[in-house]
Amino acid sequence: MAVIRDVMPAFELVQPTSAAEAQKILEQNGSDALILAGGMDSFDWLKDRIKRPKIVVDLSGIDELKGVRTVADGIEIGAMTTLTEIVNNETIKQKYGLLAQAAELVASPQIRNQGTIGGNVSQDARCWYYRAGWPCYRAGGNICYADDPDGRNREHAILLADRCVAVNPSDSAPALIALDAKVVMRTPKGERVVDAEDYFIGPEIDITRLHILQPGDLLTAIRIPATWANTKFYFEKIRDRNVWDFPLLNIASAMVVSGGTIERIRIAVNAVAARPLRLKAVEDAVRGKAPNAETGVMAGKLAVRWAVPLQFNGYKIPLMRNLVKRAIGGVEEAVWAA
Amino acid sequence: MTGEKSPTAVSRRTFIKGVIAGGAAVASANYLFRASTLLGQTPVAAVSERLIAITVNGQQRRVDVMKQETLAWTLRYKLGLTGTKLGCDRAECGSCTVLVDDVPHYSCSMLTHTVRNKKILTVEGLAAADGTLHPVQQGIIDEQGFQCAFCMSGFIMSAVGFLKANPNPTRAELAHGVSGNLCRCQDYDKILTSLMRGAENMRRGTSV
Repeated sequence: MAVIRDVMPAFELVQPTSAAEAQKILEQNGSDALILAGGMDSFDWLKDRIKRPKIVVDLSGIDELKGVRTVADGIEIGAMTTLTEIVNNETIKQKYGLLAQAAELVASPQIRNQGTIGGNVSQDARCWYYRAGWPCYRAGGNICYADDPDGRNREHAILLADRCVAVNPSDSAPALIALDAKVVMRTPKGERVVDAEDYFIGPEIDITRLHILQPGDLLTAIRIPATWANTKFYFEKIRDRNVWDFPLLNIASAMVVSGGTIERIRIAVNAVAARPLRLKAVEDAVRGKAPNAETGVMAGKLAVRWAVPLQFNGYKIPLMRNLVKRAIGGVEEAVWAA
Repeated sequence: MTGEKSPTAVSRRTFIKGVIAGGAAVASANYLFRASTLLGQTPVAAVSERLIAITVNGQQRRVDVMKQETLAWTLRYKLGLTGTKLGCDRAECGSCTVLVDDVPHYSCSMLTHTVRNKKILTVEGLAAADGTLHPVQQGIIDEQGFQCAFCMSGFIMSAVGFLKANPNPTRAELAHGVSGNLCRCQDYDKILTSLMRGAENMRRGTSV
């Protein structure tokens, strides 16, 4: 993509100081407005002149959206809390370490210093055809350039693709689903709280968005209940480079083992479909079984059962199978032959 | 009808005057209405002032900033602080790293208007007033860390920000701390040696 070395096209910048004011501005301006949280996703769109909002709503001056608070049942994380703050937060590290692990693996230190949890779960797809401004399904057109004999689709979906084959690139999303988090939004109709799992949507519901946030809605907080605090966590992210890169695949699980068997478990993967997937069938299949390699192998096979690879992303199937196996059965020590 | 004037009749002239006045009234009402709609649309929180003051390297600098302007652009092209480099302009290389309230940020990827109330430190602000180099800068001179050094100011700012929070890192920890910066000369080994020397200088509280 051509890099345009120039300032971005002009827009009106508004800097509200309360969530109520921000939501009102978003409601008044509808799809003319773009929400600016950390800006790590937004600036690419603006610099490439592909999204041309009339109004940019900067949330950085809204203190009520920042910080981690302890609430009656668990914690509430303001949407504008940076990923670095999440990584360093003592409560999150001690009780909800899964989220701290996921946040630590996002991008680079400077991006974590600025990128927010709200932005991380609401970021747009990384498919390069879409981001380069090609008129694909996701952009409102009627073609997919990635799912095509000449398409480059190494990073794309293996599950639940529907016309568009882009994936959700968030690292924190599967961790939040495994922790049974709730997403809190301020909408024109009032506060709306949904399960993290239901915050994300596939192309069958809306092909132009990865989440349910409508123009006029504002994500204000993420609540994590104590239900899965201090359980056995597993997070792993596979990427080409150790810094900056989005996941080729990531997995998050929270598990409670008692009497040598899995009592309860939540497990989610991302970067395999347009939304992070909670593997309910796997959860049901492994409950009551021992958390060992044998159960892991069975779970891995089950997880990829309906996977359909594209031309260049077949490797994601064994990758997902093995990550599910490791999340449930543990990581075997690598043995290197001399 | 000659010489007779009905009290209710309207002369042609009066009628035309009336039409003009009425038209003007409608037009001005329309103008007023449109103006009030515009006022209603302009949000209260809109950035109205382009001439703002930002704190750079301990100084208040008055500068004319566009709403869509990035901090890197302001620093380089408005304030002449060209020590901050623009490599990719996409938060992918780290050359533009500056400290905002002591935390490293990519200045290419933040709007100047969002840092009005924060303290910005660039590589120009590291040395003491008498010209004594910052311990990390001295470490780089001692170890000759860089080859072409285009990425150097970004690396220095990342390292200074990281060392403020972690004054005694291992080599691996420091590598992780500056992992948001790229060097196309692939000089990482020497860069890390230099920055480790800088960390040591900082702990000794000396630059020599």
